[in-house]
Amino acid sequence: MKKIYYIFYKDFSSELRMRFAINALIMFVIVAVSTILFSLGSENAPQNVYAGMFWVVVFFSAMSGLSRTFVSEEERGTSLILSLIANPISIFLGKFLFNLVLIFFINSIITMLYMFLFQEFLIKNWMSFLLAFLLGNFGIAASSTIIAAIISKANVKGTLYPVLAFPVLLPLILMLIEITKSAMEGNPINDVEAEFLVLVSYDVIMITASILVFDIIWRD
Amino acid sequence: MNKIDLIVTNLKKTFNRRLVFDGLNFEIKSGEKLIITGKNGSGKSTLMKILAGVLTESAGFFQYILNDKKVDRENIYQIVGLVSPYLVLYDEFTAFENLKLFARIRNIKMSDEEINQILKKVGLFDRRNDLVRTYSSGMKQRIKYASAILHNPLVLLLDEPTSNLDLDGKNFVDELVEDFRSDGIVLVATNESQDFKYGQNIINLDNFHNIQVK
Ligand SMILES: Nc1ncnc2c1ncn2[C@@H]1O[C@H](COP(=O)(O)OP(=O)(O)OP(=O)(O)O)[C@@H](O)[C@H]1O
Ligand SMILES: [Mg+2]
Repeated sequence: MKKIYYIFYKDFSSELRMRFAINALIMFVIVAVSTILFSLGSENAPQNVYAGMFWVVVFFSAMSGLSRTFVSEEERGTSLILSLIANPISIFLGKFLFNLVLIFFINSIITMLYMFLFQEFLIKNWMSFLLAFLLGNFGIAASSTIIAAIISKANVKGTLYPVLAFPVLLPLILMLIEITKSAMEGNPINDVEAEFLVLVSYDVIMITASILVFDIIWRD
Repeated sequence: MNKIDLIVTNLKKTFNRRLVFDGLNFEIKSGEKLIITGKNGSGKSTLMKILAGVLTESAGFFQYILNDKKVDRENIYQIVGLVSPYLVLYDEFTAFENLKLFARIRNIKMSDEEINQILKKVGLFDRRNDLVRTYSSGMKQRIKYASAILHNPLVLLLDEPTSNLDLDGKNFVDELVEDFRSDGIVLVATNESQDFKYGQNIINLDNFHNIQVK
């Protein structure tokens, strides 16, 4: 447990000094949200479009920031020292923890921006939205971490990430959009029970599968 | 006193279709020191990484046996210290911060005083609070030694041990290998004839890559 925390702590202090991920993420969110804002002008889009646009911004910001964890180790050549001081499972979980904190931070910012800038982005069932937010971030962090590990070992790092991430994250994003729509309409949580079940299974499958395959990916 | 054995059986490594070595067999026990030599590209560094548990072999196997118990693959890092030209430390941190971090991630209790002791040993104490990014190549080699001996390993794997080191640094390596714990093992990969004094036996990898695969 302590090992995992200190791997997270290493990445966290490194991020504070180097800003590998956070600058890219914040820039992306600002650009994306203002583009949407300006293109809408004074017109109002139907409410459920906002649910879609919300998760699209989340998806692409995850895309631009979360791959840094492993890619920067590989690019700088530090993955050798990392594998000399810790076992693969701790490394994976430490990186996962870091991505989890990052995605929670950035998604909270996106949520606040949406509520502030778009009057139509009105959540009526907060319980349902927050639960989706929690499970969604967990799933995004888990799949982004393992995909980042895979591409860090490939030669064409930049282009491969969205290509791999899209099909993996698609089911997750679709469920999240459904639940958010329902939360905006103020429907009770039972209405999206099936979607929540998919979310939970996705998270469980993603994290277990990742732990199982990470060892092989990490050692080439 | 611990007892450590390393048994290497029919070890083979290929990168894609290129054979690096094949049919490598040797055994080494507590207190023994072995030199690995061979021309450029013969697989010395590759072998060191495999034995450090960070790269997988293509066929055959190797096993560390500690006090008659097999060491699991995922625990090799606890008994091995590696110095290699491929090793890069976190250059956004200072030498002290690097070592402190490694001790914490390894989950070994070490006081700041003990870390400073190691920094003194490798001759970096005066520069301990400078970012590794600002280090010279010899100083970077020295900090690699600090990270390799931090956890008092039983197995020392040294790839090109004296590269970039000045006379004082070479003396440090001499002493380290000479005084290395008597229950440990040392493997040195080198082409420098002056490094051959570090071991009793020599394995030449040139003899292991012309064995043809069917
Ligand atoms: N990651 C890799 N991908 C593909 N081939 C590799 C890789 N690493 C090493 N090789 C190949 O494996 C062979 C052995 O390389 P290695 O670095 O182990 O040699 P070496 O004996 O340490 O050489 P030197 O004396 O130059 O240090 C070389 O032919 C090299 O091209
Ligand atoms: Mg080499």
